[in-house]
Amino acid sequence: MQTLLGAIINGLALGMAYALIAVGYSMVFGVLRLINFSHGSVYAFGAYMVYFFVSLKVGLFPAILIAIVLSGLLALTIDKVALEPLRRKKSIPIATLITTIGMSFIIQNTLSIDYIFGSEKHGFPSLNLFAPIVIGNITIQSSQIIMLVVAVVLLLILTFVVQKTKIGLAMRAVQQNTKAAHMVGVNVNFVISFTFFIGGACAAIAGALIAGYYGIISPSMGSTIGLKAFSAAVVGGIGMLHGAVVGGLVVGVAECLAAQYLGSNVRDPMAFVILILILIIKPTGFFGKKGITKV
Amino acid sequence: MLKIDNLVVSYGPINALKGISLEVKQGEIVTLIGSNGAGKSTTLSAITGLVRAQSGSIRFLGEDITHAAPHRIISRGISISPEGREVFPALTVHENLRLGAYTRKDKAGIEQAYDRVYDLFPRLKERMGQIAGTLSGGEQQMLAIGRALMSAPRLLLLDEPSMGLAPNLVLMIFELIESINKQGTTILLIEQNANMALSVADRAFVLETGKIAFSGDARTLLQDDRVRSAYLGGKGAQSRRG
Repeated sequence: MQTLLGAIINGLALGMAYALIAVGYSMVFGVLRLINFSHGSVYAFGAYMVYFFVSLKVGLFPAILIAIVLSGLLALTIDKVALEPLRRKKSIPIATLITTIGMSFIIQNTLSIDYIFGSEKHGFPSLNLFAPIVIGNITIQSSQIIMLVVAVVLLLILTFVVQKTKIGLAMRAVQQNTKAAHMVGVNVNFVISFTFFIGGACAAIAGALIAGYYGIISPSMGSTIGLKAFSAAVVGGIGMLHGAVVGGLVVGVAECLAAQYLGSNVRDPMAFVILILILIIKPTGFFGKKGITKV
Repeated sequence: MLKIDNLVVSYGPINALKGISLEVKQGEIVTLIGSNGAGKSTTLSAITGLVRAQSGSIRFLGEDITHAAPHRIISRGISISPEGREVFPALTVHENLRLGAYTRKDKAGIEQAYDRVYDLFPRLKERMGQIAGTLSGGEQQMLAIGRALMSAPRLLLLDEPSMGLAPNLVLMIFELIESINKQGTTILLIEQNANMALSVADRAFVLETGKIAFSGDARTLLQDDRVRSAYLGGKGAQSRRG
């Protein structure tokens, strides 16, 4: 019973962090109908920037803040440099998709260059900022609590931004009818840049949270987690914020349960097992509606 | 107010507009008529910056807006009720209208604009909280026009506002166009229903395959044989068909 509860708490914390990454996939998909596979590398970049600025002794929180801004800018730059020119030329969607995969490798390999960070793993400052909470036999690390709380707060803020602010209204407008958004005077390019920035910033926060939990970073850290978060976004219904959250939680809990009861080798494939099941049973995900095509 | 000179627009190898010139003066209703594919909607897309002009110029209130971005053009006082309505389907009626005022920053002005639109379209007021995608065609048309009015435009572009509407609604829309114009908004109207368009307009331009075939006073064109035969289903058209 205790191990079950422990695995679930573990999974919920990890799942919320996945949700933070998944919203980046989801929001970009919403405005561009594009799966941005460079997103996982932005997550890794975020964690590396925290590591880098901590090593410059600016302090953990300033380092995280700088990493958030830089990662947002990186995501925005990926779009401006590699994706926007393709949109302007009205390239076929698969070309853009492959470009995002290419960008992901470029970033990941740049991080692993010897003069930069190198391909080896680095220790990452622990986010166990206070004593673990012990309830019976279950120990909850403070980094898990921080992960859970920060992710919940951020996702609430994000929901507020999308539902209640002017820029959020513009995002929803672009998502539903880009042409009409142009026609009412929405600066669509700005909305797209804003979306990439927010997605990148959330990924950096997730990077700090997850690296702070495991205490380790490596250049390829974003590839598996990026794909897991992508699965989470699809499982919940891509394009929807609450879909990303539920998808993240399902993936997080499922993999922690699998690791607990089936062995740790089963952990990583779980996200994809769920993804495949969902694609067979309900291809639009939990909350997805049929017929979301770009008008 | 709006002055288009020698405007050329191409879609790939196809010239949609082959050098058209037209002018809309302050306070007027000007209509652009012509058959399908003549380039009417392309003209409006060029004015709003949605398609690029290859050559020629578009000036609005003395400023060159030929290559300006859509959001800059809209914030200068042009707005459009597009062909096919193009509402935001999953947003409410009220949110759709809010987006119509997207370029405005004056809260009081936006409130007034809501009042004006809900006054013009009581039906929209009743359906304020309804999702736009679930409205009827006529209601969506009202929403498209209402949304375009939210920015309090100096120049309102209307693209096929009567398309697909029941005859009584068509009548209502045209009465509305006249009353919006009387309230001080200049209008450029595109219509398949040339008869109705010419009867509300001051002046008209007739587009044929990307060129202005002729233009003039709307009431005169209403009597013009060339217009009657081609667009009004008049005598000429009948005999040609026969």
